[in-house]
Amino acid sequence: MTKKYSVIGTPRRKVDANAKVTGALRFADDLVLPRMLHCKMLRATVPHARITRIDTSRAERHPGVVAVMTGKDLPIPFGILPISQDEHALCPERVRFVGDPVAAVAAVTEDAATEALDLIDVDYEPLRAIESIDDALANPEPRIHDYSDDGNVHKVIALEFGDVDAAMAGADLVREDVFFYEGNTHLPMEQHAALADWDPAGKVTIWSCTQTPHYVHRAASKVLAMDPAHVRIIATPNGGGFGGKSDPFSHEIVVAALARATGRPVKICLTREEVFYCHRGRHPVLMKSKIGVRKDGSIVALDFTSFLDGGAYGSYGVASTYYTGALQTVTYQVPHYRFRGARVFTNKPPCGPKRGHGTPQPRYAIEVQLDRVADQLGLDPAEMRKRILQPANSVTANWLRIGTMGLGPCIDAVVDGSLWKSKYRRLPFARGVGLACSSYITGAGLPIYWNNMPHSGVQLKLDRSGGVAAFCGSTDIGQGSDSVLAYCIAEVLGIEPVDIRLVTGDTDLTPVDLGSYSSRVTLMTGNAAIQAAERARDLLAQAVAARLSVPIERVTFAGRRVFDAENPRDGISFAEAVQAAEAKFGSIGSTGSYTPPRSPGRYKGAGVGPSPAYSYSACVAEVEVDPQTGIVRVPKIWIAHDVGQAINPLLVIGQVEGSVYMGLGEILMEEMTYRDAERRVVHHHPSMLEYKSLTTMEMPDVVTYLIGDPDPNGPFGGKEAGQGPLNPVIPAVANAVYDAVGVRVDEVPCSPHKVLKALKDKMKGKEGRFGPAGMPDYAFPAPARVLTPAQGGDGREADGRAHSEVGGGR
Amino acid sequence: MQPLVSIDLPSRQKVQAAYVVNGEPVEVAFAPHKTLLEVLREDLALTGTKHGCELGECGTCTVLVDGVPVLSCLALALTYRDRRIDTVEGMANGAALHPLQDAFAELGAAQCGYCTPGFLLTARALLAANPSPTRDEIADALSGNLCRCTGYLKIFEAVELAAGRMREAAPPRPAAEKGSR
Repeated sequence: MTKKYSVIGTPRRKVDANAKVTGALRFADDLVLPRMLHCKMLRATVPHARITRIDTSRAERHPGVVAVMTGKDLPIPFGILPISQDEHALCPERVRFVGDPVAAVAAVTEDAATEALDLIDVDYEPLRAIESIDDALANPEPRIHDYSDDGNVHKVIALEFGDVDAAMAGADLVREDVFFYEGNTHLPMEQHAALADWDPAGKVTIWSCTQTPHYVHRAASKVLAMDPAHVRIIATPNGGGFGGKSDPFSHEIVVAALARATGRPVKICLTREEVFYCHRGRHPVLMKSKIGVRKDGSIVALDFTSFLDGGAYGSYGVASTYYTGALQTVTYQVPHYRFRGARVFTNKPPCGPKRGHGTPQPRYAIEVQLDRVADQLGLDPAEMRKRILQPANSVTANWLRIGTMGLGPCIDAVVDGSLWKSKYRRLPFARGVGLACSSYITGAGLPIYWNNMPHSGVQLKLDRSGGVAAFCGSTDIGQGSDSVLAYCIAEVLGIEPVDIRLVTGDTDLTPVDLGSYSSRVTLMTGNAAIQAAERARDLLAQAVAARLSVPIERVTFAGRRVFDAENPRDGISFAEAVQAAEAKFGSIGSTGSYTPPRSPGRYKGAGVGPSPAYSYSACVAEVEVDPQTGIVRVPKIWIAHDVGQAINPLLVIGQVEGSVYMGLGEILMEEMTYRDAERRVVHHHPSMLEYKSLTTMEMPDVVTYLIGDPDPNGPFGGKEAGQGPLNPVIPAVANAVYDAVGVRVDEVPCSPHKVLKALKDKMKGKEGRFGPAGMPDYAFPAPARVLTPAQGGDGREADGRAHSEVGGGR
Repeated sequence: MQPLVSIDLPSRQKVQAAYVVNGEPVEVAFAPHKTLLEVLREDLALTGTKHGCELGECGTCTVLVDGVPVLSCLALALTYRDRRIDTVEGMANGAALHPLQDAFAELGAAQCGYCTPGFLLTARALLAANPSPTRDEIADALSGNLCRCTGYLKIFEAVELAAGRMREAAPPRPAAEKGSR
């Protein structure tokens, strides 16, 4: 990395850091408007039922109540994906999980609204509840949604790249392993909140702690049956998202409808229990990985099958299902690859995208399986992986184009840093180390709904004061996207980030950015910001070149000055440069936008997996297992992340450490589990006390290495950091537990009772494994066959069907 | 400690209470069942104090009462009438950040920033009692505050940095002077 930057690559505080530490930043629930009403929602108390009667008359007469709404008031369905418009703001006739919204009250106080909920009478006619993957596969009726692919199977996928069976026949070793990854949730510290204000001119504004104001804009306009030009969404500072605030939610639409009905502002803040019901978290996934390898560990074929428990609604589920099969090929060379996936509906809170979206589960499975392969072949797992890496600048068997690829140096960094070679299989009983790797997308190649417009846009306004205002639809959820926007503009214009006023996440004022999901913002907003800033710089450069009488290519921007590169003292201030440009051209503004490059895949499903750039991570975990209790402690983590170019290393390391923390929570303790006498569909513990997550007392030391060469597609070469580093942590710990005590827990989380059971079995001479016994008997359709690049394919299905741009993620 | 609310008070009749909030005497009228969190946020417009569960599970709503961390979501406001309440709004001295605030901002200990006020106040109470805490003592003191963004490490570093700067700014008095006040 030879390029010298003034802003990029230097650790610095975030643009909003001081507002955050003083409590000055106003989150959604901090907002108050005159005449504001408070909203509370009544939620289903049964998991699956027809609503036979709702009587709101007693609630309407309750003192302080101004309006009550039910499903008949908002009949238009919505959902994040165009192919899964299966939610209602309030359920009109059927409820599908405990927590499904049924009615809403607006009242002058929160207390009055809460009291009124008890006065709404709802009669339910119960339907049999579907509790699990097995239950859903075995019972197509009662059908939770009638648009599903097959009974209660929401989505079925079967794809084959190359010829897996033929290749598998030539393997030296074939393994089949089955894994289960329990669901878990985002648990953002901020409870979801939204405020709506009705403009008597017939417009509405919704403030919400959403990660995706653009998609809320689309959903709210649709359900409210309003011209989108008259609906304004403002994304408030977001008190933690992790994917949990990327769906449009019923409460956001309900407050807008109540504001329209009452002519008054209406606010809602969900309780923590309701946040658990909104969920959209990690899918529980049951997986089988069949791998064929040669004696040196190189993979000849991979055959991967996943079943996802989707909960009650579609959400991002079709994309999630594809993602459990999409990225297996981008870390190691997989010449022949088959993926079969099925997502089922169950009567539980809907699953969706959580940090890593659909990829932590398969990544865990294949990294643990590779650990076994190395063990069986007598190879060092680190050296074996390094030999089989997918090369940089290549196309995978499933037609994903890989650019820069820094996984090899990542492995070296954690192997050296952790003293891996002196620890692996050498530590005393009960202590162990484990290694795993992963990769993640830097933004999805296609938007969620099909369109050919940019994924991110930035507008700049420069005025004669020297101030620069930047407008962008991107949404800061704590990751620092506002800061990245400012850094990129400041770097190009030679000014300081503090000189830039940011207006973000406001659908009335800012150009569209698709939202804070799929690790897309730094790359896409960054590139759009660079383009906008370069266009503004060109205008200023023309004016300054004329003023200084120097060739335009010598005009340089740095240190809030614009000057002649060959005679730096010959120059003017940035503000004077803007004035010169304004005199020459009139008001100064510019725009920039970004659209990802086209992916070579043309088969149905090719829309999920492509990305402008892939990040890579490697992790070594050290563990101590108490053989008496089964408790796994993690004293230290070494993690290396190929981020291309850190825009701000302080923030990148923050993302890596936060990912390590969240990954440890998933492997050690976090789980969404359900109970009930008949069917396990009632949330076990919708509270932060009982939903176990790491506290300060469990968090280990983390050594972070930032690796990588600038990627040509990234802004200044930057790639993602927010999600990828979570993925290797989970299998690294699982592999370390095996190194420590010689048992395999093929389930996430690796809870003490599972370790203990495996240890006891091993002492009895059994296998020493805790995990699922097998896979459900489900007849997938014959896979769509796609020739690989090595076979001379063209990215289309072999039967000639072309599905250009068609995919589950669109 | 003040006696708890008399339970025969009509629940909708407001009561009057006085506090010293961030050094300023305030009087406020509110329904007697309101929590300290609600009175601070809704009646005194001090929205810097956040909430993550309103059940005493996450530590986000921590404020100081006479210098001691209290979960304001579990505290009946009336319980603490006439007491000294400190919230995040009172930490900075005008435009000058408190050393803890400055260190949190400088080191990236606030990502989304939502749990930050609770951490800052808990850490402030820790440093008042123990100006040179070890990493373990910091982790122990902050163990009731949940953060989902940072993995806590930058928070530990920020508390250590602030503690060092505060010690430099106000060196401990020699032993002979102790007890002279």
